[in-house]
Amino acid sequence: MSPPPLRLILRLVLLALGTVVIQEAAVSQISIFGISADLTPLMVMSVGLLAGSLTGAVMGFATGLLVDTVLVQTLGITSLLYIAIGYWAGRLRELRDPAHGLVPLAAGAAATAVAGIGMTLIQFLLGVDAPVSLLLFQQIFITILVNTLISLPVYAVVRRIIHPALPDDPRRRRRRAYTTGGLSPLQSSSKRLGQITRGGG
Amino acid sequence: MLALLVVVSLILLTAYFGESPQSPLHSVQRGIVQVFSPVQAGASKVLSPVRDVANWVSDTLRAKSNVDKLRKTNRDLTAQLATLKTEQLQNEQLTAEVGLDQTIGIRNYHPVGANVTGRDPSLWYQQVEVDAGSDEGVEQGDPVLADGGLVGDVTTVDASVSIVTLITAPSYAAAAQVTDRAGDQGILAPSVGNPNQLLLTDLPGRAQVAQGDLVVTTGFKSGSLTSLYPPGLPIGTVGTVNPNQLFNNNEVPVSPTADLRHFDSVQILTRPHAANVRAQVP
Repeated sequence: MSPPPLRLILRLVLLALGTVVIQEAAVSQISIFGISADLTPLMVMSVGLLAGSLTGAVMGFATGLLVDTVLVQTLGITSLLYIAIGYWAGRLRELRDPAHGLVPLAAGAAATAVAGIGMTLIQFLLGVDAPVSLLLFQQIFITILVNTLISLPVYAVVRRIIHPALPDDPRRRRRRAYTTGGLSPLQSSSKRLGQITRGGG
Repeated sequence: MLALLVVVSLILLTAYFGESPQSPLHSVQRGIVQVFSPVQAGASKVLSPVRDVANWVSDTLRAKSNVDKLRKTNRDLTAQLATLKTEQLQNEQLTAEVGLDQTIGIRNYHPVGANVTGRDPSLWYQQVEVDAGSDEGVEQGDPVLADGGLVGDVTTVDASVSIVTLITAPSYAAAAQVTDRAGDQGILAPSVGNPNQLLLTDLPGRAQVAQGDLVVTTGFKSGSLTSLYPPGLPIGTVGTVNPNQLFNNNEVPVSPTADLRHFDSVQILTRPHAANVRAQVP
């Protein structure tokens, strides 16, 4: 697999930095139903869906490390969770190549669930001295709900930022050709040829 | 590549978890926070209109549902105020008689004002970043007040930025006292997963606490061991008391005075032990 182009790397770095700064400085301070939305797992999921599993995993690791560092948290926890999110979203694209417009909605819910439940499990493994309220699960559920609602706009913004720098994917190019009728087996060769001739002038 | 990333994460997690706060990884983390803090402070200022509009909508909806509850609280507090005024008068007279110097105003603890520039979105860490640090005299462990009550303490300090761990963080605990007749004392602990509630544990099983009683810091001193907090800082009020929970688990729920998700500025008490109550020989 060839390494991603420099232009894409630059955009991904700026995207990670911008998302973390906006998250800490604004989004985290806006309370919706008593919780705050979390843009970072959505951003990692979107990058995985758009750029593939390896790019998604690396983006997850870097974003998680940045989050842990800036928030003075235990280093490595968020990275570990975001690697899983980025890789899984990338594999979804590589294996299924989902084209439906609502895929980011479901993927956003799943990514937030992995981040919320994963963080809870790791914290329990590391040891929690304080009593734990069952409302924790309600809070995780509301976070998933709020993040699901904003996952489509987040995906659209991420797509707008990194799509121009993505290398052209042969499978997507083939699908585009099918969609426009250029290589569709449902059309007769003469018809297809006619289109090309007309297109060619 | 994927395995390498996972291994690096696990190594970081293990190394960081076992390290002391003065170790290299923590130092690097503090350095990066120091570099990031001006960017974050700038972004916080630029994005404040967006934040204010969103919070205004949220606050309006919440305020509507709180009107009846607050009216009832207002009636109760007016009655309490009348009683307290009388007691204050008596207290001043008695204090003058025994020559006791009581200087427990917040000003005596050298408060430093700071703005919140960043907030942790996760349910587990409950930290905020503020734009005041060691240059302003802030030290690790200093109590932090906001919105009329204790909100946490300083856990990480750098030159111009500090990290405040909130009283709802899983790692938090503090000695606290209920302002009931007996002045029952206990340990204040968070109720993880419920950011609007704390638990006052280790109370006497037969404590006479009632809903609405004020909970304040104890500010104890036992030998060389001194509480991080001065006495009398308001923390919250006792919630609905379940007698069974109190008798069997020795705990009551406490609602924090401060709205922990909405405060924008804080006061850091940089000299929390500067004004301890002391007796004077006449």
